[in-house]
This record gives sequence, C-alpha cells and structure tokens, in this order.
Amino acid sequence: MKFNNGKELLDLCSKKNLMISDIMIKLEMNNYNKTEDEVFAQMHKSFIIMKNAVHKSLTEDIKSMGGLIGGEAKKLIKQIENNKNISGLTTSKAMAYAMGVLEVNASMGLIVAAPTAGSCGIIPGVLTAIQEAHGFTDEQMTKALFTAAGIGMVVTMNATVAGAEGGCQAETGSAAAMASAAVCELMGGTPKQCLDAAAICIKNIMGLICDPIAGLVEAPCQKRNAIGATNSLISAEMTLAGIDSIIPFDEVVESMYKVGRSMPVELRETALGGVAATATGCTLCSKIFN
Amino acid sequence: MKKISVFDIIGPIMIGPSSSHTAGALRISLIAYKIFKGTIKEVKFTLYGSFAKTYKGHGTDRALLGGIMGFDTDDDRIRNSFEIADNNNLKYSFVEGETTPEMHPNTVRIDILGEDSSMSLVGESIGGGSVLVRQINGIDVKFTGEYTTIMVQQIDKPGVVAHITKVLSENNINIAFMSLFRESLGEKAFTMLELDEKVSEDILLKLKEHEYIIDTFLISI
Repeated sequence: MKFNNGKELLDLCSKKNLMISDIMIKLEMNNYNKTEDEVFAQMHKSFIIMKNAVHKSLTEDIKSMGGLIGGEAKKLIKQIENNKNISGLTTSKAMAYAMGVLEVNASMGLIVAAPTAGSCGIIPGVLTAIQEAHGFTDEQMTKALFTAAGIGMVVTMNATVAGAEGGCQAETGSAAAMASAAVCELMGGTPKQCLDAAAICIKNIMGLICDPIAGLVEAPCQKRNAIGATNSLISAEMTLAGIDSIIPFDEVVESMYKVGRSMPVELRETALGGVAATATGCTLCSKIFN
Repeated sequence: MKKISVFDIIGPIMIGPSSSHTAGALRISLIAYKIFKGTIKEVKFTLYGSFAKTYKGHGTDRALLGGIMGFDTDDDRIRNSFEIADNNNLKYSFVEGETTPEMHPNTVRIDILGEDSSMSLVGESIGGGSVLVRQINGIDVKFTGEYTTIMVQQIDKPGVVAHITKVLSENNINIAFMSLFRESLGEKAFTMLELDEKVSEDILLKLKEHEYIIDTFLISI
C-alpha cells in the first residue's frame, strides 16, 4: 500500500472504503512494523503536547528569545472573555491558540513541528478550537492528526514544506492545508472534500513570501500562523458546504512548488527581503544582535 | 529513498524555536557528547555562517550547551542550560569563526576538553533537525546519527575491516552504510558503520579484540 500524490491517496480511500486517517495509520503500521496501538499512542502524545503548548501560552508569562513576541494569545482571549471578539468564537479561539503556540516555540518551549517549527501553531490552534466547539474526544482529534499527516506527506513528496525552499506559502500554507483536511474529516467530509479544502488553503495564500525579521521565527511568523488557522477554517467550511476546489490538489501543490522555486532568495527565509528588509525590520535586527 | 513517516510530518517533538538552529544544533553536540568518553570540563563552540549571525535569537547557544550535557531535543532544561552548566562547573564559550564560501551555512565546530583527553568535532545542521557530522579530531567523516552508528578508530592496516564485518555478521547485524576515512597510509583511520539494528555495548568489546583497533564508539540517539 502506497501513494505518490493526492489522487493516488484518494484512489486508495475509495478502493478500500476508508478515510484518509485510516490509510495513514495502516501505512505507518506497514512501513515501520508497528501495531495500531503503538502508532496511535505516539500520535496521541503529539496531540497532548500541542494542547499543553496552547495551555502554557494562556497561563504563563512568555517572552520570546528575540523579544519581538509574547502575550498576544492572552490579549485575544481577553477580548473573547469580554465579548469583544469580532470573528466568531471558534475562529477567534483558533487564531489566539495558534499565536500562543508560536510564543511557546519562540521562547524555547516544547512544541510539535507540524510540519515545521515556524508553522507549529496552526494545527494545534485549529484542532483545539474545533474540539472545544464540537466536543470531540482526544481519540477523534488524534485520528484527525493522521489526516493532517497525509496532506503533509503529499506536499513533502511533491513539493516542500520549508520556507527556505518554497516561502511562507509552503510552510504555513501546508500547515493550514493539513489542518483544514483534518477539520473536514472530523466534520464528516469525504476524502475528496478533505483534499479540496487543502487545495483551497494553499491557493488562498499562493505566493506568500518568507521574510522573518532578524531571521527569527517570531514576526511576521506568529501572525501568519493566525491567518493560517483562519484560512483552514474557512476552506473547510467552503468544501463542507459543497463548494469544490476548481483546481485539483496535486496541481495546486505543483504550482505552489514552482512559485516557490521562482522566488528570489531574498524572499525565502534569508531576512534580506519583505518586511525583514524594511527600515523598522533592520533596526529591530541590529537591536537584537548587538 | 527513505520512507517518510507520519511522525516526520507531525513531528519532531522539540524545544523551539527552529528545527535547524535549535534541534539540529543540539543533535550535533549530543553526538559529540556520546562520542566523548569521560567528564567534560570545558567546551568551546565555534559558530559559522547563519549560526554565527543569529545564534542568540534562536537559542542555538543554549541548545549546543544542552546537547553537550546529554539533553535530548525535547528536554525542557535546554532553556536553562547556561545555569545548569555553571552549577556543574562546566566551562563554555561561543566564538564566531571565519566562514568560508564552501561551508554549509549552519556549521559548528566543537572543541571538548576532558580531564586527560580532548576531542574536536565539526557538524552541519542541514534542515528539519537533521545533521551531518563532517570531521572528528581533524579527520574528515560523514554520518548523520539517524542510524545506530559505530565508529571504530583504528590503524590503517589490512584485515581490520574484515574483522569488523565478521564480528557484525556473527551477531546478525546488518550494515546500512559503511565508510572508511584515514589521515594517511598506515596512520590513524576511522571506520563509520551505520546499522539497521540496535546494538549492545558488548559488540564494542568484541570489535576491540583486534590488535589494530584503538577505540570504538557507539552513537545512538
């Protein structure tokens, strides 16, 4: 059992009448000679670490190593508590949690790279918010992480999830696509709808550059994790409403990779372009390192 | 091509903020820690390229120091590694090296001083937390630490490699990759063996029975 792209993954799902998560669990068991319990327990551990990171950002005072971020998640939660949030409860929570996990990451806390450290807020943010909204069990959430992994694997095999190679579209774009497919499956979507949600996510931020101030995983990364979380929710909502992605997932991934490779090196994590190269970005950079 | 695991995608579980500048840096010094035998008294980290420019903001320095104390990439103590090293009387320093164009952008040289021995190691953090060790005690090598790795230090004489492969085959251990590196003909040499199976320390004793084998090291992280 194997697949090389999204279409082959879908074919496997329909041939065996299984969801994407089921296929990924079986694949991991076969490839690494593990039992279902072992594979599931390992993923469950990751989910708990994700939720712990969300919790830490809301309960502890956090300052990042570079000093550019810290405390943003708490501010957003305060808005919700005061009934002043404007995006709807699940969306407001997802963005707050996603930003919180980035704070934990930037302050040398424990996170799960999903798929990278720079995009590690999106999946925990979205999944924690969805779990709270719909009362899913930890087991259901853990299973959804396998769906997310399936999408990430297709991107890794056919393009890249690294900002240095493909820009932020590849990094937070992939994380959003993964989260979106996970939400889609949790909410009863078909495998095809999961892939469509992932495709819409990447299309929505196609061309997004990677321009971290001072080269650190802080800003604008934290806010890009918030938009990534939001992106995954709206994309899942579209497909669950019956709106298809006009371009199939595999073609979106291919074009995302081409766009990434055509980006000049200044716009791929080198901190030489984008907001990193603005007057303020440069001032902050020299303040941090001198 | 190596199969991709779902835990390469959802993972690794790590202390942030950067898989290359934090987790990868730590793995290089953790390998050095595993190779060095005995208590480490003093360590000097020479940083090159992007490591030299951005190590403070990425916590690369804390990660390197954590690795040399044996911490793994998911160890919460990493952010306090300066204080922990001070309490353990471990001296440490970080210096910026002169980067040359052929160097990988994330390179570190680690010089370790023990009670009666010393060691140097050069490693590269090549992305996603993966690393390559490029030099040990001035001899060029190349291994990742992703496999169970045995490093044999030997005299460059005929029969040594035959002895190594005989010991491994007798113990039903499969070699995934194997390479030889030497200073010059008949001088000191290294054999690096990357293995598919986990191995126990007694294999090292069996390997050492050969007269031209000076020392053996097991690196499994």
